[in-house]
Amino acid sequence: MKIGVPKEIHDGERRVATTPEAAEQLIKLGFSVCIESGAGVNAGISDEAYKEAGVEIVKTAKTLWKKSDIVMKVRAPEQHPELAIDEIELLSQGGHLISFIWPAQNEQLMQKLAAKQATVLAMDSVPRISRAQKLDALSSMANIAGYRAVVEAAQHFGRFFTGQITAAGKIPPAKVLVIGAGVAGLAAIGAAKGMGAIVRAFDTRPEVKEQIESMDAEFLMLDFKEEGSGAGGYAKTMSKEFIEAEMALFARQAMEVDIIITTALIPGKPAPKLITKGMVESMRSGSVIVDLAAEQGGNCELTEKDKVVTKHDVTIIGYTNLPSRLANQSSQLYATNLRHLLTELCPEKNGTINVNMDDEVIRGSTVIKEGKITWPPPPPTLSVAPAKANEAAVPAVVTAPKKSLIPEPLKQLLPLLIGGLALFGIGSAAPVTFMSHFTVFVLACFVGYQVIWNVTPALHTPLMSVTNAISGIIVIGALVQISAPGFLITVLAGLSILIASINIAGGFLVTRRMLEMFRK
Amino acid sequence: MSQSLVTMSYIVATILFILSLSGLSNQETARRGNYYGMLGMAIAIIATTLSDSVNSYIILLLALLIGGSIGVKAALKVEMTQMPELVAIMHSLVGMAAVLVGYANFMDGSSTITGVEKTIHEVEIYVGVLIGAVTFSGSVIAFGKLSERISGKPVLLPGRHWLNLGLLILAIGFGQMFLSQAESGGGTLPLLLMTLVALAFGVHMVMAIGGADMPVVVSMLNSYSGWAAAATGFMLSNDLLIVTGALVGSSGAILSYIMCRAMNRHFLGVIAGGFGTASGGAAAVIEGEVHPVDAAETAQILLAAKHIMIIPGYGMAVAQAQHTVNEITKLLRGKGKKVGFGIHPVAGRMPGHMNVLLAEAKVPYDIVYEMDEINDEWDEVDVSIVIGANDIVNPSALDDPNSPIAGMPVLQCWKGETTIVMKRSMASGYAGVGNPLFVKDNTRMLFGDANKMLQEVLKDLKG
Repeated sequence: MKIGVPKEIHDGERRVATTPEAAEQLIKLGFSVCIESGAGVNAGISDEAYKEAGVEIVKTAKTLWKKSDIVMKVRAPEQHPELAIDEIELLSQGGHLISFIWPAQNEQLMQKLAAKQATVLAMDSVPRISRAQKLDALSSMANIAGYRAVVEAAQHFGRFFTGQITAAGKIPPAKVLVIGAGVAGLAAIGAAKGMGAIVRAFDTRPEVKEQIESMDAEFLMLDFKEEGSGAGGYAKTMSKEFIEAEMALFARQAMEVDIIITTALIPGKPAPKLITKGMVESMRSGSVIVDLAAEQGGNCELTEKDKVVTKHDVTIIGYTNLPSRLANQSSQLYATNLRHLLTELCPEKNGTINVNMDDEVIRGSTVIKEGKITWPPPPPTLSVAPAKANEAAVPAVVTAPKKSLIPEPLKQLLPLLIGGLALFGIGSAAPVTFMSHFTVFVLACFVGYQVIWNVTPALHTPLMSVTNAISGIIVIGALVQISAPGFLITVLAGLSILIASINIAGGFLVTRRMLEMFRK
Repeated sequence: MSQSLVTMSYIVATILFILSLSGLSNQETARRGNYYGMLGMAIAIIATTLSDSVNSYIILLLALLIGGSIGVKAALKVEMTQMPELVAIMHSLVGMAAVLVGYANFMDGSSTITGVEKTIHEVEIYVGVLIGAVTFSGSVIAFGKLSERISGKPVLLPGRHWLNLGLLILAIGFGQMFLSQAESGGGTLPLLLMTLVALAFGVHMVMAIGGADMPVVVSMLNSYSGWAAAATGFMLSNDLLIVTGALVGSSGAILSYIMCRAMNRHFLGVIAGGFGTASGGAAAVIEGEVHPVDAAETAQILLAAKHIMIIPGYGMAVAQAQHTVNEITKLLRGKGKKVGFGIHPVAGRMPGHMNVLLAEAKVPYDIVYEMDEINDEWDEVDVSIVIGANDIVNPSALDDPNSPIAGMPVLQCWKGETTIVMKRSMASGYAGVGNPLFVKDNTRMLFGDANKMLQEVLKDLKG
């Protein structure tokens, strides 16, 4: 099947849905790939680079949409500014589309796509299960947004992030507060920490505490018991009391920190207002707020979508296209996510896709199948659940120790007792000649015990082969018998000599061979 | 040569054997130890040959020469990966020799002893043949399993413990018959029957033991071959044989003990056979995402690391990858990285197997560490590479009390920053246990034949 990648038309969108590396992998899966001329220019990828990877360059968007069985995009289809036609119109009847769709917010778009009998996979609807991590474009984009947020903050912040003591005076390190420790929040923590800032982070979900601390940031504890984890690993709306306590914490922090990065989102709801006008006023002049929730209305009351504004001497950044501002990197990650999705869709590697609705990942991502709207999918089964069941099972096993028939002290004494009795039995019955041999035997066992414990484990194999050779000493037994009268005895003894000498020669030689190899 | 002189030679030989074994306590003295062993053996054989009781020199020399040359040929030809097989087959030879000597001794009517001494002597013959026969058939089966002529899976007959008990009772019964018939000069039939029972017992015992327990079996048979020699010594009233047999026997016993401890298995549990049959509830199901990487990415990861630990397993021996591993080690060490090897006591199919393979590939032994030496240092390791190992790096041994390998000490490589696991496929190891290591977030899987993949990694490291 033919995969087509058109140029993104959304204003300010610099990303592209495939890279030469990803395209090469797609071609290996049996697909043919074409791309609209100039699609990668804004992400720093030339047409030539695509051509080298075996991608066909198509002059116009119209031909590209027409030729392609599968269209891969970043943004959802919209009105084409140059052709004055909606991209949905360009999609061929019954074609496939893979891009961000946001089905909850774009009902009209969904209807139009369904009317086209299209099959649509939404990259924003990939289920959050561990198997689907590699195609989770939301996470990879959030990661970039978090990183970029710190870069933007640094751009507008008039000081160093890291503290220094120089000849010209002491520079205190910048203090950064990250609200919401999802993928973007953690990426921001990592980036800010990497630049030397003191980082604090807050999240309503207590389980992220460990992740925050593992990145060397400080987790701001709220002295309030309420579980903030909702389904699918996202946060949920908290109670009124909790929010009040939380706001008090932010108000205190706002007076202390230099930079606030907010990433708090609740799925399907407007972003919670966490930074009030009063808090902005209380911040030191020159401080920076980066609001990653600007698209959903912003976590800060004063955020203006897609703009950088300065209010009360605080710079508030409301960009919604942060991933696009790191276009090459985000194109690479997005293209890889798409490639992984196609690998899932094409298990046979024969260049045709199979939208297998029994597969949890594909089922979740598919929002329209052959004109039928299949969104929302049934809730995903979480892989965390079985782990909890195990925890419960563990103590049950521990608390049921096996009861022994023999009481403990007797059990320890039993071997000694039996050994003692056996020795006594032998001693009372055996003749003197036997006893002298027995003495030698027992002493030799002890010598062996002492000697062998000193052998280094690395030499256990040579030890075995040398003991093999030494146990060939049984040849002595055969040697003394070979001259005894009787043909059969001679044959038996001769055979044993033969066999034992294999052992002796073989054992010593192979040991020598091995030991020669052990060199420093 | 007078009897006293022979005895004196035997004492010298005994001392040399003890020195030989104690020489193996470290690599520097090991070679000398081996020569002590050879010298001791030569003294013992020459002294015996020159003693008054020996006069059939032609057959004797012929047998020595033929046997010796077969041994030399085998020793020179054997691949280091086949060492376990060689060792196993050599155990069987000792067992067989013990049986033959026992029979020869039984048929030799020239002894003049009577009464209790005679009875004891007959018991000695009987026990000697019994141990010899068990060693023989057990080792042959072990050889078959190790060389994959026989399936490595445990063969569990219904009521196998009762079967073993039945065989034991039979052996004791035949012993009774043997003793009463031997009074009047007979006893060949019960001896033969008992030999058959013992052979069957050896086969049954080793057949029931799984592939992963092979190190225990090999060392156990090593021990048996020693006891067989010691029993022969009692039979012939020969102290040299008794001492040597006891040395070898206790050596094998200690090795078995070490191996059992390394697998957290009870010795009797291993002997009784079957792996994991005693575990309680169902083990946790492994769920999660594996992160595959390719050779080029692996090379990148290695180049970015400072401290690398390599964990070889049986898979490295199968793929014959030890030489490539050494090349990579040399290259990485040349780049100033700290490279070490972590060896689990039961890695491979016999004790110390991995050390020998690495030594063969010329890996310096001072960077090869035992499990106990490194298990506390994993958090300093940037990258660990697991080559063809599975159960010895399985976190469920520590986390999951229901796992069949629960409690077994393992190399805790997942505590390092990144683990690269090289495997042919996602199949589970010999223990048939899933491995949660493979789905850990900091684990990367490199699928394919170990040697082929390592060669690609080497190429990428050079490139």
